[in-house]
Amino acid sequence: MRHLTAALSACLLAAPAWAALPEDGALNFQPAATRIAERVHEFHNVLLWIITLITALVTVLLVWVMIRYSKAANKTPRKFSHNTTVEVIWTVVPALILVGIASLSFPNLYYQNVTPNLGQIAATSKALLAEGKTAEHLAYTKNHFPDAAEKGFVNVKIQGNQWNWTYTYMDIQDETGSALEFVSNGLHKGRPTDPVDAGPRNLATDYPMVIPAGRYIRYYTAAADVIHAFAVPAFAIKTDAIPGRLNEGWFLVDEPGVYYGQCSEICGIDHAFMPIEVRVVTQAQFDRWVEIMKTGDFDAAAASVREVAALETDTQFASTN
Amino acid sequence: MPMDEIALDHSHDAHDHKPGFVTRWFFSTNHKDIGTLYLVFAIIAGIVGYSLSGLIRWELAAPGIGPMLWIQTTFFGLEGDAAITAAKHFYNVVISYHGLVMIFFMVMPALIGGFGNWFVPLMIGAPDMAFPRMNNISFWLTVVAFILACISMVVPGGPGGNGFGGGWTLYPPLSSTVGHPGPSMDLLILSLHTAGIASILGAINFIVTILNMRAPGMTIHKMPLFAWSILVTAVLLLLALPVLAGALTMLLTDRNFGSQFFIPNGGGDPVMFQHLFWFFGHPEVYIMILPAFGIVSHIVSTFSKKPIFGYLGMAYAMVSIGVIGFVVWAHHMYTVGMNVDLKAYFVAATMVIAVPTGIKIFSWIATMWGGSIHFTVPMLWAIGFIFLFTVGGVTGVVLANAGVDHALHDTYYVVAHFHYVLSLGAVFGLFAGWYYWFEKMYGVKYNSVLAGLHFWLMFIGSNVLFFPQHFLGLQGMPRRYIDYNEGFTTWHYVSSIGYAITLVATIIFFISIAEAAIRRRKATSGNPWGEGATTLEWTLPSPPPFHQYNELPVVTTKGGH
Repeated sequence: MRHLTAALSACLLAAPAWAALPEDGALNFQPAATRIAERVHEFHNVLLWIITLITALVTVLLVWVMIRYSKAANKTPRKFSHNTTVEVIWTVVPALILVGIASLSFPNLYYQNVTPNLGQIAATSKALLAEGKTAEHLAYTKNHFPDAAEKGFVNVKIQGNQWNWTYTYMDIQDETGSALEFVSNGLHKGRPTDPVDAGPRNLATDYPMVIPAGRYIRYYTAAADVIHAFAVPAFAIKTDAIPGRLNEGWFLVDEPGVYYGQCSEICGIDHAFMPIEVRVVTQAQFDRWVEIMKTGDFDAAAASVREVAALETDTQFASTN
Repeated sequence: MPMDEIALDHSHDAHDHKPGFVTRWFFSTNHKDIGTLYLVFAIIAGIVGYSLSGLIRWELAAPGIGPMLWIQTTFFGLEGDAAITAAKHFYNVVISYHGLVMIFFMVMPALIGGFGNWFVPLMIGAPDMAFPRMNNISFWLTVVAFILACISMVVPGGPGGNGFGGGWTLYPPLSSTVGHPGPSMDLLILSLHTAGIASILGAINFIVTILNMRAPGMTIHKMPLFAWSILVTAVLLLLALPVLAGALTMLLTDRNFGSQFFIPNGGGDPVMFQHLFWFFGHPEVYIMILPAFGIVSHIVSTFSKKPIFGYLGMAYAMVSIGVIGFVVWAHHMYTVGMNVDLKAYFVAATMVIAVPTGIKIFSWIATMWGGSIHFTVPMLWAIGFIFLFTVGGVTGVVLANAGVDHALHDTYYVVAHFHYVLSLGAVFGLFAGWYYWFEKMYGVKYNSVLAGLHFWLMFIGSNVLFFPQHFLGLQGMPRRYIDYNEGFTTWHYVSSIGYAITLVATIIFFISIAEAAIRRRKATSGNPWGEGATTLEWTLPSPPPFHQYNELPVVTTKGGH
């Protein structure tokens, strides 16, 4: 209960730089917070045009035949039942469209699905600069982040449980010498006693997952009991957490803020009540959070990220570093 | 040859006397009576499945846990946290059985058991199905399966209460003893086993009938497209269901006899179940839609007064959809942690299906092109089907791309997609067939005004119901959630309004059946649809005699389709 009240007050005061959560009445994706999501959205926009045009074509054709060849407009039906030319066209043209879609789909898939080789990214970037290929370097850094690559991965193990998430920062030892680990519970359970003003309903947690902005995050998902799925819509990531397996994924968020996700594989009674709250903070704020977490005072640590500082304004934390 | 004997027996039976009620309906071996039994059964199961979806839309009409909690407190006398836990479990049970009942006990029995039994023999000029007694077993096993499923709903399931609440996909470990220790899941396994046996027997029956009992002169390439669709469907059933049966048996032994097929602690793999399940599950979605393809082809041809465009292309498009349908299963599993190259393969293979599907859509339009279209009620349903199936199909192309699917998997976008192809595709095909053949089956005319109203309300309602779910999915609304953040409120509310409209449509559907039964406007001829209706069932009176084709019809022209 002590933890809960602390978290509540933390959420009450929270004024994040950027909060990614569902917007009522919205028609499209949540704003992209990762390059992965940007690319998914760009690709989806192309797909949306293609499928809208195809649906429009079919609709226009249907309406046209319904008007032009209705019983009233055309008394005597024609009797043809073959036309090799159009049959070839409507086989070949869709096939070509699909080849086009695939040519966009595969790079996108491999980009998000293959955990980047950071050493290679740093080296490639250096080589391009050394050769004076600034245009190529600019294009390369659209999808790859040499500065972040230099700093290496932040590794987080994410375990799904019925019905909360355990986050383990494998590279960070707490004061007892074991990996930094904590359980993150949703604040709302669909009960009348649920806190009313404790952050967005069904999305806010007591102890959020905290990660530094502008760093490569490599995560591993696992599960203790049944299958869960770790998903954050603004990052366009979704990875099943399966008992007996470790699944791997990566993402990099530039913009500090609060990003919400939800368990995305049915896992029993409280499937709808094990949210994911990711607080992306500056490196300085992250380091400070880590230091407090190491002492075991999770509430103080959560309080330290209740305000997510924007990149430029983080002098307070930078000075303590 | 036993088949010849049956045909001979029937030829003696020229007086068309029907057996008594019990013999006729409980020991039935007549394909038309069994078809009617299947249709009645599907309507009953449909009421159950549709009521369950009503509970879902009622609960989701507003954020917070409302109706489910009210049910627990009002009908089960629960209070406080116990009521809330029970409500959450109950919701999971409702969504799970909605899917299972609609798939296994509504769409499949109606399209395959109902229309397949009724019209495959009539269309191919056969006196009955090849194995009439096996046909009877198939039907009654389906009833037993449904009863088992209903019982499984009300016996202890998960920790939260009665029934299985793990989704129709039954993924372990949630469906293992870890997630659902109670007997509910065991009964559900037995139910699906029984339904599977029924379907396999039915599939064998259809394959044998279609391959061996076509009228003289009806080569396989003159066979009506509905018979083609049932043939392909039956082959898919025969190949896919044993895989489901295997997976279910492994799950059953995991639960009861200490095996560890899907239990990681013992070296098993939960993902293996998903592979087996979807190896069945993906062909299953084509099993549900292919018969609707067949029905729509006949309706479009009949009311355009034109032969179907590109008959061979249409037939082999269904065959290729069936074949490719077996090699795309893992596109349901993009997030389980598959190798990226494997994902790339499943992306490519899945998109290939769009080509034969496109051939079908364009061929239907080409059939109408140059025709003299009569906008009867079945034609409205068929045109509605073509449009809605296109919408559902193109979102399938979006989801086929694993990169985008990582964002949309297990969200309402997927829910919208598969309801467009099934709830609006298969079900529109079903109603199209219902109105197309209603007079043929029962010898009375339906009321066109009521039937037209049924169509328009259903068309509007189901679009209002399912289209906003695309927006919810894009915003990140996960599937199978009893409660949601206020950011999803508006579209959920609109979606529930859509359900209310379909509810009015469904009530009108039942009124139209009652009206037709009471008014009994007798069919005046065997063929109410005129020159466009060229298949053999229209050469028979409406309703057809108890035993038809005492002399086998001889097909001479290429007018079989």
